[in-house]
Order: sequence, then C-alpha cells, then structure tokens
Amino acid sequence: MSLRRLHPRQPSVFAFTPENKSWAEKEILKYPPGRQASAVIALLWRGQEQEGWVSKPMIEEIALFLGMPYIRVLEVATFYTMFNLAPVGRHLVQVCTTTPCWLAGSDNVVAACKKHIAPGPETISADGVFSWMEVECLGACVNAPMMQIGKDFYEDLDAPKTETIFAALRRGEQPKPGPQNTRHSSEPIGGAITLMDVPRHD
Amino acid sequence: MLSDRDRIFTNLYGFEDWTLEGARSRGQWDGTKAVLEKGPEAIIKIMKDSGLRGRGGAGFPTGLKWSFMPKEVKDRPHYLVINADESEPGTCKDRDIMRHDPHLLVEGCLIASFAMHVHVCYIYVRGEFIRERERLHAAIDQAYEARLIGKNNVHGWDFDCYVHHGAGAYICGEETALLESLEGKKGQPRLKPPFPANVGVYGCPTTVNNVESIAVVPEILRRGAGWFAGIGRPNNTGTKIFCISGHVHKPCNVEEAMSIPLRELVERHAGGVRGGWDNLMAVIPGGSSMPVLPKEIADTILMDFDSLVAVKSGLGTAAIVVMDKTTDIIKAFARLAYFYKHESCGQCTPCREGCGWMWRVLTRMQRGDAETSEIDLLQQVTKQIEGHTICAFGEGASWPVQGFLRHFRPEIERRIAARSGMIAAQAAE
Repeated sequence: MSLRRLHPRQPSVFAFTPENKSWAEKEILKYPPGRQASAVIALLWRGQEQEGWVSKPMIEEIALFLGMPYIRVLEVATFYTMFNLAPVGRHLVQVCTTTPCWLAGSDNVVAACKKHIAPGPETISADGVFSWMEVECLGACVNAPMMQIGKDFYEDLDAPKTETIFAALRRGEQPKPGPQNTRHSSEPIGGAITLMDVPRHD
Repeated sequence: MLSDRDRIFTNLYGFEDWTLEGARSRGQWDGTKAVLEKGPEAIIKIMKDSGLRGRGGAGFPTGLKWSFMPKEVKDRPHYLVINADESEPGTCKDRDIMRHDPHLLVEGCLIASFAMHVHVCYIYVRGEFIRERERLHAAIDQAYEARLIGKNNVHGWDFDCYVHHGAGAYICGEETALLESLEGKKGQPRLKPPFPANVGVYGCPTTVNNVESIAVVPEILRRGAGWFAGIGRPNNTGTKIFCISGHVHKPCNVEEAMSIPLRELVERHAGGVRGGWDNLMAVIPGGSSMPVLPKEIADTILMDFDSLVAVKSGLGTAAIVVMDKTTDIIKAFARLAYFYKHESCGQCTPCREGCGWMWRVLTRMQRGDAETSEIDLLQQVTKQIEGHTICAFGEGASWPVQGFLRHFRPEIERRIAARSGMIAAQAAE
C-alpha cells in the first residue's frame, strides 16, 4: 500500500469545461441506470487531464455529479496511484523500475531524470516543464527499460536516448514514442523471425 | 517451431493493418454468424474440447468457467468482463493484442457473450495503457459502424461492448477487485463465495476472462477444437504468447506452441542468454508471482502448466524474466518485494503488513545486514501470508520469495558472512 493524502494547498473551486461536462454526461450512459458511480475513475481522470492533478474541489464536484458520497470518491482518488494528488510538471515522466526494467538498466533512466529534471522524484523542474517519478511495472517489459510521458510509452531506452527525449520536449517538440532503437514494437531486434507467411483472405 | 499457419495473432508486432479491413484480410470476422449458429451449448462444448486454459495466470479451463454461468437469464442480466488490467511484472502480451489485433478481441467478446447469454461486455483496461485503449475504442467503433456488434447487428445477437479503464492498481487484475473497481469503488477483492458467475458486477452473473483467452476463441471455433488441442501436450494445449525479457540478446513477444522447452524458446526467439546459456543464473517462468527457477531446472523444463507446477513454479502469464550471472539476485527479489508492498490493497493484515516486512528484510539481506536465522524467519513469514488472505495476492507475493529462498539461500548466507567478515576485519585493525 502507499500512503496518499490530499495536498495541503487546494484551489477554491473546480468546474469541468463545457466539453468535458458533456463528455461526462455521455460517459455515464455506458453503465446501467443508477450505476453511474462506475464512471468515477474516468471522470477523475478527465479532471486530472484538465487540471494536471486531482484537487479536493474536483473530488467534491465529481461526487455531486455522480450522486456519490464525498468519502467514496476520496477513497478512489487516494487508492489509485495514477491520480496525482499534488501539482506535477507539464510533462510527467514516469520511469518503470520494477525488476524486468531494472535488469535492463532502468537505473540509467532514473539517473537521466535526476540530472535533467530534479534530483528527487515528484519535484517540478526549475523551468516547470517536467517532474519525474518511479512507478511499478507499466507492461512493456520486452521493450525495457521504458518510461511513460503523458499518454505515450518511450521504450528501449538508455541514458543518452532518455536525455535526447527530454531535450526535444524542452524545445517544444514531440519526440516519436515507442522503441527508441530500430525496433517497430515487440518483435526481436533485427527483425521478426515469425509471421513471415501470414495467410490472406479476400 | 510453430508454423505461421497455426498462429492466431497474425499481427502481433503491428506490421500489418489493425483496422477492420486489415483484420478481415487476415481472416477475422469470417463466418462469425455460422459460429453463432452452432448455439451456446455447442460453443461451450467446443471450448471445453479445445482444452483452452485461461491465459491470465491461473490456468482455469475457459469452457468450464463459461459453463458455470446460469443457463438462462432470469431477473438479472448477465455480464462479460474482460480483464485487460495487464500488470504482472514481465507481462506485455495483452497490450500487443489490444493495439495490433483488437478485432480478435472484439469478435471473441461477441462469441463469448452469445455463449453465456450476455448482451453487455466491459473491457477493463489498465489505466496506463492509454494508447491501447484508444486503439481498442477505435476498433469497437469500426465494429459498430459495420453492424458487426450493437443493436440489430448482422449476427442477430444484440451486443454492446464498452471500454472501461483503471488508474494504476495491480490488484484490479484480481477478478473480484476488478469488479469492485468497475462499480466505482476501491479495488479491494471480495470474499468468495459467492463467485462472480452468481454474483458479479452489479450483483449480476458475470464471467471475467483474460484478453488472450477471449482473443483466441474465434480461431478455435473457426478451425475446430481438434486443431487447438493438437498443439502442445494433453491438458496443456494450444498456442500461447510468451514475453521474454531480461538478460537476453533479443527480448520479444512471440506466439509459440504450449509446452515448448524454455531453452529453445529463449535461444530461438530471444537470441539466447547474454553471454551464452552457461551464463544463466535464474529464470522467472511466468510473471513475477511465479517462483524462480535455477539454471539446472531451466535447462530442460517445458513451458506449460503441468511441467512448471511439477517443479514448484507455474506458467502464470508465460512472461519469462531471464537473469544472467551478473545479476544481484537478492536485489532483484528485494525490488519485486517492493512491488508487492506497493500494490497490496491493504485489506488483509497478513498481506498489508507482511509484504512491507518481507521487503525490509530482503533489503537488509541485499546488504548482508541480517542474521542467518532471519532466512528461516523470512520463510516462516511467507507461510503466514500465503493462504491467510482474501485473494491470491498473498500467494503472489509469497511465492517469489519462497522460490528465491528454495534455490538461492546460499547467496544470502554468503552475503551475510561477507559483511560480518568485513566488520570483523575492520574491528581487528
């Protein structure tokens, strides 16, 4: 378990943008009538996409919207570790350091974060562009070591490749996600040796 | 080597077109209506005959699981929930299915739903897989557009399929925690019984299946139970996606025949162990929860459920983590213990407290800062966690430590002795 608490400094209000509000109204239709609480994770996530982190007013607003007691939404926000309970950098760098990534050299990726972002995790860099943290297995183990920045996975990393990605983001560019070597996805490096003869149907 | 003709995931690596058009050109959504015309009973019979065992880790026979659902819908609707909360360290197979062959999954969902009298299916994707769920969403939209699913679709079985997502909790891969999470709660597992087939999501009969288990269904029904059952060994049939990571030259995912020898799998597909097979120290054969194997066992072991259970490990998710002789194996397992400490849901005391305790002791052992007697104590604590929790997370956290102690105890003893020797030498100076 990880101990997670709300941030001591909170904004006074939260409101979904009109687009997000109408998205949320559609989202609850995925679930049977009266079961709109099922959408709580999706709504908190949309709120986090809007504001960068999950605040107390946001939790209250979503509780009201879904007809849930405040405490139930607070439980969800503190239980699931993808909800940032404090402000993060514009680019949140999440480095996987679980054993498969560690075996493949995730220490080098962490070192690059310390050098280029901040010496410690969950600290916003001086220019406000980045913050970084270590996370548990992100599920791209055959492309280890890897990190997630925003919605994208950056895979097959080493220290120089990680630094190149940070530099590009600092320049306002969007580096290409996925493997940072010659691979396309999860095939062996140097080219697949299977699926050379896929049957075709007309 | 498994022939390409026998491979189900023909776009595993994403070199081909993932869209409906591309999927159709590879034979997906072909004859689905004819499959449904066999009827629910016949479909379940074929699934049983195929010998398919669940691909999510536990290896429970899929057809048998389906047969536990009530035979007719009474006052409560039935649900199918797909477990795409892939988070077991080492495992990244469902990700490739969702991003590269999503239509296999959607088609499988329709067939499985028909067989269990289900009209609504939720696919629970782990929160971090944002691109994957976008892709899956797009595939589902294409299927709706082509009227393959939805109300009044061409298959004559009303069926709605929704993508739902989590937000970073490994425990939500446990089926009852997943259902809690789907209902909008903390992902804390439920006591069983009642089992989900009777009381699942929203109190209704529910079946939870892994992505890979469902994605292989359409091909099994198209090609017949005999084809699938003819691959692998009896009770361990079919093809399986293996994920090979760690100290190999070419880490990769690959679909192979069940029961392939581990050594062949690593050498043929993953380019072999870094520094050669003799440089192998240990292999985790089935995702981090499955006990580790030393080289002596890895030399000859077959990758299937029964052969791995026979050596006190398991196939789990078939995610192979290779460690060569340069590995600080105590640190490797201390790091895994940290994972379990971080991911324990906190509901049961033995797990919540025990996982943190195991991590702290292993961290000291990594430095050699422990007493030899603590090795036995650690073993005892794993036994006090295992079997004393609501869900199998207790086992998942204990087994790796037990396997580690079973095969690598001398390494811990050496490290403790080295540190005490160093301290004694410093005292003498």
